Amino acid sequence: MKNIEFRTATSAQGGLVVMGGVPGVAAGSRVQLRDHAGRVRSGLVIRAADDAVLVEVFEGTDELDLERTWVRFLDEPFKLPVSRDILGRVFNGSGLPRDGRPPIISADRRDVNGEPLNPAARAYPREFIQTGISAIDGMNSLTRGQKLPIFSGGGLPHNRVAAQIVRQSKLLGEEASEFVVVFAAFGASHADARFFQESFEESGVLNKVVMFLNLADEPVIERLLTPRAALTAAEYLAFDLDYHVLVVMTDMTAYAEALREVAVLRGDVPARKGYPGYLYSDLAEIYERAGRIKNRRGSITLIPVLSMPSDDITHPIPDLTGYITEGQIVLGRELANQGVYPPVTVLPSLSRLMKDGIGKNFTREDHPHVASQLFASYAKALEVRGLAAIIGAEELSDADRRTLAFADAFERDFIGQGEDEDRSVHETLSIAWDLLSMLPPETLIRVSEEELAKYHKGQAK
Amino acid sequence: MGKILEINGPLVKLELPQTVLGEQVRVGHMGLVGEVIGRDGDTALAQLYEDTAGLRPGEEAEGLGWPLSVELGPGLLGAIFDGVQRPLQAVRDKSGDRIARGVAVPSLPRDRAWHFVPEPALCCGSALAGGHILGYVQETESIQHRILTPPLIHGELIELAPVGDYKLDDVIGRVKLADGRIEKLHLFHRWPVRTTRPYRQRDHAVAPLITGQRILDTFYPLLKGGKAAIPGPFGAGKTMLQQQIARWCNAEIVIYVGCGERGNELTDVLEFMPELKDPHTGRPLMERTLLVANTSNMPVVAREASIYVGITLAEYFRDQGYDVVMVADSTSRWAEALREVAGRLGQMPVEEGYPAYLGSRLAAFYERAGRVETFSGDHGSVTLIGAVSPPGGDFSEPVTSHTKEIIQTFWALSKELADARHYPAVDWLDSFSGYVGSAAKWWAENVDPGWESARAEALDLLAASEELQRIVNLVGVEALSSEQRWTLEAAGLIKEGLLQQSATDEVDSFASPEKQFALLAALLEIFRQGMKLVKLGAPARRLLQMPLLAQARRWKSQHASADIAALKAKIAAIPDAFEQLLQEYELTAAASARGGS
Ligand SMILES: Nc1ncnc2c1ncn2[C@@H]1O[C@H](COP(=O)(O)OP(=O)(O)OP(=O)(O)O)[C@@H](O)[C@H]1O
Ligand SMILES: [Mg+2]
Repeated sequence: MKNIEFRTATSAQGGLVVMGGVPGVAAGSRVQLRDHAGRVRSGLVIRAADDAVLVEVFEGTDELDLERTWVRFLDEPFKLPVSRDILGRVFNGSGLPRDGRPPIISADRRDVNGEPLNPAARAYPREFIQTGISAIDGMNSLTRGQKLPIFSGGGLPHNRVAAQIVRQSKLLGEEASEFVVVFAAFGASHADARFFQESFEESGVLNKVVMFLNLADEPVIERLLTPRAALTAAEYLAFDLDYHVLVVMTDMTAYAEALREVAVLRGDVPARKGYPGYLYSDLAEIYERAGRIKNRRGSITLIPVLSMPSDDITHPIPDLTGYITEGQIVLGRELANQGVYPPVTVLPSLSRLMKDGIGKNFTREDHPHVASQLFASYAKALEVRGLAAIIGAEELSDADRRTLAFADAFERDFIGQGEDEDRSVHETLSIAWDLLSMLPPETLIRVSEEELAKYHKGQAK
Repeated sequence: MGKILEINGPLVKLELPQTVLGEQVRVGHMGLVGEVIGRDGDTALAQLYEDTAGLRPGEEAEGLGWPLSVELGPGLLGAIFDGVQRPLQAVRDKSGDRIARGVAVPSLPRDRAWHFVPEPALCCGSALAGGHILGYVQETESIQHRILTPPLIHGELIELAPVGDYKLDDVIGRVKLADGRIEKLHLFHRWPVRTTRPYRQRDHAVAPLITGQRILDTFYPLLKGGKAAIPGPFGAGKTMLQQQIARWCNAEIVIYVGCGERGNELTDVLEFMPELKDPHTGRPLMERTLLVANTSNMPVVAREASIYVGITLAEYFRDQGYDVVMVADSTSRWAEALREVAGRLGQMPVEEGYPAYLGSRLAAFYERAGRVETFSGDHGSVTLIGAVSPPGGDFSEPVTSHTKEIIQTFWALSKELADARHYPAVDWLDSFSGYVGSAAKWWAENVDPGWESARAEALDLLAASEELQRIVNLVGVEALSSEQRWTLEAAGLIKEGLLQQSATDEVDSFASPEKQFALLAALLEIFRQGMKLVKLGAPARRLLQMPLLAQARRWKSQHASADIAALKAKIAAIPDAFEQLLQEYELTAAASARGGS
């Protein structure tokens, strides 16, 4: 069947083609379409019956002439050829080279859909990754094998934050050399893509990066494939070659919008805001590919970036993402407008795996308590700030005024830091204690009395 | 034998005459399994539990003749199954780290022999009915597996195996049915998951399920055999709370169903359960636990089934006379799976894409909870605790609002509390329990007769402080009277010293009922002592400086449940801390009384 070209397309619309009279086509099989101009496009069988086969075309169906379209069914799912040589290369969203160098030739070709990892085979992520960013390391820390997205909004510096994480991430007391990066962009602008490329170049890691780019002016349907191709590469690097892989994907909103576009064409019943009911499962198929496996050395740590439409965290894309990932780093416009970089809004941010990756045997024994105390004290301080806005700062009690000063200093000195500033977790904790020392020790009940005695600067030792 | 006509995602159209709805089918060269969800003449619509990629029209299909069923017998405890009861450890041994399609492994191990002891009261000629105990297998050190006669059997026992080691496929007995047929008995039997297992009669739920979590046990109790829901936005703590319950509750069997959630969370359970000891029996928790997992990246169709697999396993242990707790994380993912099936069948969506029968399906599912009298005269219960994951954290959405109508205990998680890292983030105003009356009886008999009034006093205090907080947010704390400020402070003390309970705090992760009550009584005592002073004219400012307030907030983490005596000593000393101030203000009060007269 692979070698026969069929010319039986009966209709085409918005990326979908119906083929008549091709019996025995396998569901999910890859398809090659050759159009009248000789251009080859690729697609996927999404519905198979003897009398009609529905094909999704990644490059879209623009300018397809049904009578002059020749279709081959390749009889296998979408596969990505993998080998060590993918490091340092740049591919398009379906895994073809876009750096002008020859394609990857390998007998090892992997189904980009992967197979679900058996929960009984997973190893729980526990190793602390130091990103050098206090708001992350101190209060929402990342562990190896975690999926931790950045929730952002238009105009916020999520790309710079992601690039800083990539540049600075390391495991405490370990060679940085085991790290490799898989970078996937879909719907991103050329400027964004260039920004990342240059940032990788500057930090000299370019030969350890694999890029998959589907830019804003490139076919929308290909976006459905891009994260899957990238994760297939990541799985190969992590679980065949033992690398610790950091996967950065941007922008998941563009991905979900592409999915919605296709769902509408397929006639799927919409759930919220026109997104199909299976958006959750579809996103999960992507995000859940992060992790660690028992008896394997490598790992996949996943940092998807997504912009929240109208900064709304309850929008289906951030909402469903938050329900799948192991926390989220939320960037906020208010802090950004105050000039704070990175503008991490800590209260809605969360790292669920933090509790298992910090503390005595990982970072420092007081770390969990300090983090919890910072959250509590800052939450309290924001209440006071809200009050001050109503009754005026003059009306505040002395205690409240101190709390207010703490909030300001916390945003400036703890959250705020330079784009090239790489803080060790000990530095982060020591800044935290400087700040907590602005508050009376008896209000700090989330840290232990011993810790107060040891680290609180206002307390006699 | 039938054949495939069309493949559309997880749905396949089959030419398969004479099938019935719900029948299991095996399809194609990979032998993928699924179930019939629609019929039209000779064609049937089936949904497959596994990915359909690679299937072709024209491949073979066959009906298996039975609905989705589970195997019930020794070998369940400590295992992890997928949504259609495939044992994931064994699947891993066979297909590696990733779940290959079409792997067929029996749910329960066939090669393992179990030491069976027949029920001494039975002998040849005994009348035997479904649910009667045939004998015993000590499955784990803490759990004795009671081998049951399959439901619906009625007859005369004509043979029962003597004490000895038997495998699951060995015949351990024979029974002569009313119609003269002979039925063989094994250590296990099968039961269709969508059918409630029969029992003799329903019983009243009487005893609270002790979870060791203060906000649950003390404020919004659940009974053994009750139904509860934990709704909350992402990250609010549904999973952690369910894991805490799975760890510490005083049920005999715990069934943890991960339905459309994260793989790592199940790994977490698999890793910590064997290491932790049951606080009630001292045995490793894994011995009483079993897991059903359909993680979010596993096929959606099996997700819909996983909840039913879980509840059927729960009923089976209930029928042995055990108190069983099933936690389901998350029922929303189950409802979404239901929505997908309905959508594919072209059924009319009513709200947010959900079919009209969402409410009745949910109700029927929760109805399988309850305390019953078993056919062998024991009492057993299934307590059902479902997490709900409302889109955008909006509790008015269909799954949350239907669930709220059905359950009796509602543990509402709040985003604001979670954001401030107040855990468990159970909202003390939005939550409710319909079981307080029954629980009060138990607490009065087993812990302290003052429980009900202390609970009410604390809740009043919390409600009052909410009002006061509103005022403070408008005009500042200085506008409050001393009495009001003290009320606010005492409520803060209750929140931080009692309601907040970190799962990661080794000392405080579990609190016995005695510890819960002691802390509650202590904090209320501080409140009352202070109020007495304020009424004598002491300004709240003086009280707020008392070191006792910071100290009392730490008591929960300083005294484990086993160490109540030390806590009680501190409580006894509370009046001393107020003594000096009291004397001072009693004097001034007396003086001003004299001056005034
Ligand atoms: N009782 C608790 N004690 C300590 N920490 C908690 C507690 N409950 C929640 N947390 C913290 O909150 C995080 C999120 O909790 P959890 O994963 O249970 O949320 P969830 O409601 O299940 O979210 P989702 O709907 O996305 O699954 C945890 O990783 C932990 O850090
Ligand atoms: Mg959860």
